[in-house]
Amino acid sequence: MHDFIWIIPLMPLLGAIINGLFGHILKGKAGFIASVAVLISFLYTVRAFFIVMDGTIIHNELFTWIQAGDFTAGAAVLVDQLSIVMMLVVTGVGFLIHVYSNGYMHGDRTVGKFFSYLNLFLFSMLMLVMGDNLLLLYLGWEGVGVCSYLLIGYFYEKESASKAGLKAFLANRVGDFGFAIGIFIIFSTIGTITYAGIEGQVDKLMAAGVVTSAALLLFMGACGKSAQFPLYIWLPDAMEGPTPVSALIHAATMVTAGVYMVARLSFLFVRSDVAMMVIVIIGTFTALFAATMALVNNDIKRVLAYSTISQLGYMFIGVGVGAFAAGVFHLMTHAFFKALLFLGAGAVMHSLADETDIRKMGNLYGKIKITALTFIMAWLAISGIPPFSGFFSKDEILAHAFLYSPLVWVFGAIGAFLTAFYMSRLVFLTFFGESRVEPEVEKHIHENPPVMTIPLMVLAVLSVVGGLIGIPAGLAYLWGGENHFANFLSPVFANAASYSEPHHISHALEYGLMAASILIALGGIYLAYLMYIKKAMDPDAIANRFSGAYKVLSNKYYVDEGVEAGILNPIVRFSQWLWHFVDTRVIDGFVNSAGKIVWLLSLIARRVQTGYVQHYASVMVVGVILILAYYIFR
Amino acid sequence: MEMSSLLNWVTFLPALGALVLLAIPRTETQLVKSWGLLVSLITFLASIPLFIMFDGNSAAMQFTTQMDWIPAIGASYHVGIDGLSILLYVLTTFIMPLAIFASWNSITERVKEYMIAMLILESAMLGVFISLDLILFYLFWEAMLIPMYLLIGVWGGKRRIYAALKFVVYTMVGSVLMLVAIVFLYILNNTYTGAYSFDLMAIMNLKISFSAQIWLFLAFALAFAIKVPMFPFHTWLPDAHVEAPTAGSVILAGVLLKMGTYGLLRFNLTLFPQAWEYFTPLFLWLGVIGILYGAWVAMVQTDIKKLVAYSSVSHLGFIILGMFAMTVTSMQGGILQMVNHGVSSGALFLAVGMIYERRHTREISEFGGVTRVMPVFSAFFLIICLSSLGLPGTNGFVGEFLILVGSYGNYPVFTIVATVGIIFAAAYLLWMFRRVMFGPLTEKNKSLTDLDGREIAIMIPVILMIFWIGVYPSTFTAKTEKTVEALIEKANKAKAEMVIEGRKPILSDFLGE
Repeated sequence: MHDFIWIIPLMPLLGAIINGLFGHILKGKAGFIASVAVLISFLYTVRAFFIVMDGTIIHNELFTWIQAGDFTAGAAVLVDQLSIVMMLVVTGVGFLIHVYSNGYMHGDRTVGKFFSYLNLFLFSMLMLVMGDNLLLLYLGWEGVGVCSYLLIGYFYEKESASKAGLKAFLANRVGDFGFAIGIFIIFSTIGTITYAGIEGQVDKLMAAGVVTSAALLLFMGACGKSAQFPLYIWLPDAMEGPTPVSALIHAATMVTAGVYMVARLSFLFVRSDVAMMVIVIIGTFTALFAATMALVNNDIKRVLAYSTISQLGYMFIGVGVGAFAAGVFHLMTHAFFKALLFLGAGAVMHSLADETDIRKMGNLYGKIKITALTFIMAWLAISGIPPFSGFFSKDEILAHAFLYSPLVWVFGAIGAFLTAFYMSRLVFLTFFGESRVEPEVEKHIHENPPVMTIPLMVLAVLSVVGGLIGIPAGLAYLWGGENHFANFLSPVFANAASYSEPHHISHALEYGLMAASILIALGGIYLAYLMYIKKAMDPDAIANRFSGAYKVLSNKYYVDEGVEAGILNPIVRFSQWLWHFVDTRVIDGFVNSAGKIVWLLSLIARRVQTGYVQHYASVMVVGVILILAYYIFR
Repeated sequence: MEMSSLLNWVTFLPALGALVLLAIPRTETQLVKSWGLLVSLITFLASIPLFIMFDGNSAAMQFTTQMDWIPAIGASYHVGIDGLSILLYVLTTFIMPLAIFASWNSITERVKEYMIAMLILESAMLGVFISLDLILFYLFWEAMLIPMYLLIGVWGGKRRIYAALKFVVYTMVGSVLMLVAIVFLYILNNTYTGAYSFDLMAIMNLKISFSAQIWLFLAFALAFAIKVPMFPFHTWLPDAHVEAPTAGSVILAGVLLKMGTYGLLRFNLTLFPQAWEYFTPLFLWLGVIGILYGAWVAMVQTDIKKLVAYSSVSHLGFIILGMFAMTVTSMQGGILQMVNHGVSSGALFLAVGMIYERRHTREISEFGGVTRVMPVFSAFFLIICLSSLGLPGTNGFVGEFLILVGSYGNYPVFTIVATVGIIFAAAYLLWMFRRVMFGPLTEKNKSLTDLDGREIAIMIPVILMIFWIGVYPSTFTAKTEKTVEALIEKANKAKAEMVIEGRKPILSDFLGE
C-alpha cells in the first residue's frame, strides 16, 4: 500500500543520475532539474504527512535487499510520525536550499556535478530516515557521508578543501566502525535488525546483557555523524564546502542523523541508564566546549559550525534525558534557523566577494537589508528570545535536563549564555558598527537576487513561528492548549516512555526556569552589545589579559595538532616500519636467502641437467616410485 | 545444447581460439587482437546460459561430465559446477574480455604470443574451477602458471624477471607439496576401496584419520595460502603486480587470487573438515592480521599499483575470516566478496593502467589535480574506490558486511579487529585518491586526455556490476546459498565427532572467545 512513498527518495536519485550523466550538457538547467526533483519529493512528503496524521503508519517493502543465511535486510520503508517530521525537514529545507543554490552556484564550471551530489545527498538522507531497519539506516548513513565528503571537497583544487573532505569521511568512518559493531551485536543476539523486531525483543537483549554495549556503540556512530566530542573535529573544517552545502548537510539535516537514530531507537537506549548518561555527558560537554571555541573565531562560517556542534549537544542532552520529542523538536527548529544563518552567511559572502572574515565586515545592515533582517531573526531564534522558535525548543530540553540533574541545567544555561554572546558578537561585527570592508570590495556590495533572498525569507518565517507548534505544555496550559508537537510524536516514544520515570515538572518551576533562561539570553546579548557596539569594554584588552586562555581557544584547544601527533603520525610511522622492515627485510629477506640457497644447490644440480628428456623422465619415475614405495611399505 | 557439453565448450573455447591464432600471421596485429577479444567475448556470452540455468536450489554438482582420461592411473575427466564455483567461473569469463580490451594499445610487441597466452590462461583458469578430479585440477593449476609467468616475464616492467621468478617459485613451493598430498590421497583411497581414482567425489567419502588430515590439510593449505595470498606469504604479490602488464594484474587480482580461497573451500574444507576446525584459529589470526597489515602497508605506498596490491592482502583477509567463521551468512559473504574483490580490484588495476599509459609512472607524487583534465575518469575511479572501501549501495559493502555480521556471533573479537580494517580501507584509498585526483593541477598533468571510447567501454560493465551486486545481490547469493548450507552442515557433523574425540583447535587457548 501507498507505493507512492518510493517516489520520495527516488526522485532525488533520478535527479542525481540525470545531472550526473548529462550535467555537462544541461549546465544552467541542472539546478532547475534538481530543484524540481526535490519539490516533487516534498509534495509527496506532504501527502504522506496527511496520511500519517490520520494515524496510518506507512510500511512498504520493495524487495529483499540482502539475504544470506539467517540474515535478511529488506529495502523497506517505515513512515511514522518521527520519519515524517524528518522527511518534511529534509525535503522542505532541502528544497529551499536547492533553490538558493541556483543563485549561489550560478556560473560555476561544474554546476551539474554540484546538483548531482546535492540530489544524491537528499536520496541518501531520505533513505536514512525512511528505512525500516538498521541496514538501510547504515546505507543512508554512509551515503550522506560520501556526499558530504564530495561536497566538502567540491572545490577540489584547493588543498584545504580536499583535505577537509577526507578528514570528514575518516572521522565518520571511525564512528561507523562502532555503529557497525552495534549492528553486529544486535543481530547476533536477536537475529533481526528491523526496528519493529528490535523493539519486540529488547528484553532478550537485556537478558543477554548487551543493551548498554550496543547502545554505546551505536552512539559512537552518532558522535561521528553528529559531530560530538571527540569525533567533532571534522565539522569546522567541513566549512570548506560551498555554503549551501554547509546549510543543508552540516547544519540542517545530515548532522542531525545521530539524534534521529537515538530517537528512532528510543526503546533501546532508554533501557540502559549508563548509555543514556553517557549521551547526556557527551552532549553537555560538547554543547559547552564547542561554544567556547565559537567565542573567539573570526570566520563567519566557522562560528556557525561551532555553534552547530554546540546545538547538536543540546539535542543529545534532550534525547539523553529521555525527552525524545524535545530533542527532535530542537532538531527541527535548529534546521530552520541554522540553515537560515548559513544561507545568510553565504549571502553576505556573495555580496562581499567571498569574504568570510568578520573582522573585514561591519555595518552591512543598510546595504543588504533582506539578508540582514532574516539573519537577525535567526539570531534571536538561536539566542533563545521568546517567541522565536529556538526559545521553545531549547527551553523544553533544559527543563527536562533540570529534572534529570540540575547540574546539567547549569551547564546548559552557561552554554546558552555563551550562545547568545557569540551569536550577538557575530551579528554586531557583521551588520553593525563601523564598516571594515576593504574599499575595493565595498564598492560592489549588492543585495542578492530573489532566488537567494526568497528562501531566506521563508526560513525566517519558519524560524519565527516554527516554535509555536511545540509550545511547552506548561506554558500552553495557560490558555488551555497543549504541546502539539510532542503529542504528535508520542506514539513513537510510547514504548520508551513506559520505561522512564514520569517526570513531572511543577508549573512554578517551569516558569522560573524560563524566566532564568530569558535573562541569561538577554545577558549574553547585552555583554556583546557592551563589547562590540558600545565599546564599553575592549575585546582586545580582554583577550590580552587572558592571553593564555585566548590562545588555547583560538587554537581550538590544539585538538587537531594532538590527533595528528598522537594518532595519525604514529600510525603512519608504524606502517612505514611494517613495510620497510617486516615486509622487505624479514619476509623478503627470508625468501631471497632461501632462493640463494636453492641457487647454490642448483650449481650442483646443474650437472644433472643433461638436456636429454629420457634422463629426466627416468629420474622422475624413480622419484615417484620411491614416494609410492615409502607409503606402501612403511 | 546439453548444459554439460556447453560447460566443456565454454571451458575449452579460449584454448581452441588460441589454436586458430597460430594460423594467423603475426604481422596482422589488428586481426590477432580482434580475434582474441572476439573469442573471449563469445566465451563470456556462452557462459551466461550456464549461470542462468544453474539451479540455486540444489547443492549438487551440476552440468557434470565424467569420462576416462588416463585409465592406467585412474585419472578421469570429471568436471562440474556447484555453488562454490559458479560465480567464480562466470567472473573469469567476465573479466577476460575486459583484460584483453585493456591491453589493446599497451601491448605492441609479440602481440600474437600475448593473445595465445591470454587465451590459454583463460581455459586453464576455467578448468581449475570445474575440475572434480585431483589430477585434472592439478594439471589446470600448473597450466595456469606458465602463461601467467610469461605475461609477467615477457610483457612486464623493468624488474619483470625477478618478479616472475618470485611468483613461480612461491607458487611451486606450495603446489609441490599439494601434489604429494594428492598422491597420498590416491593411495589412501586405493587402500580403503581398492579403486584407483583421483576423483574428488570418491575421496570426499573417505574417513581420514585426524592426524593424517592435519598433514594433508597443511600441504593443500600452503599452496592455497600462497595463492590468496595470506600473510606472511604475500610478498610475491606486490612485485608481481607492479611488474605485470595491466591485463596481468587484472587477471591476477580478479581471478588468480580467488583460486586460493576457492581451493581452501573446495578441498581443505570438504576433504579435511576436522583439520579445518583444528586450524581455524590459526587462519583467523592470519586473516585478521592480513586485514590490518595489508591496509597499513597499503597506506604508506608511493606507487599506486603497489597500494592496490597490498589492499588485496587486506581484502582477502576478510574473505578468510568469513570462510573460517563458518556460518552460512559469513561464508556467503566470503564467496560474494571473492566476486566483489575480483570486480573492484580488477577495476582498480584497469584504472591504474589507464593513467599509467598516459604518464608512464604510477608514483602518487607525480600526480595531482587530475580530475580537472580527466573528469570522466575521475568519476569512474571514484566509484571503484568507493566500492573497494565497501560503501553501502556498492558490491563491496554487501560482501564485507555479510562476512562481519555473520562472523560476529562465533568470533566477536576477531570480527571487531577486522572491522577496524574498514576505517583504514577508507584511509588508504581516499588518501591516494586525494593526492592523485584532487589538489591543484600540476604542470606535468596538464596535457592528460580524458578516457576514450574504448576505455569507457571497459569501465561501464564494471560499474554496472558494482551497482548490481550492491543493490540486488540476491541474483548471486541465491545461486550459492544451498551449496554453502550443505558445506557447513557437513563440516558441523565432522566437528561434532571431534568434540566426542575430545580434540581442541590449535591456539584455542589464545582465543579468548
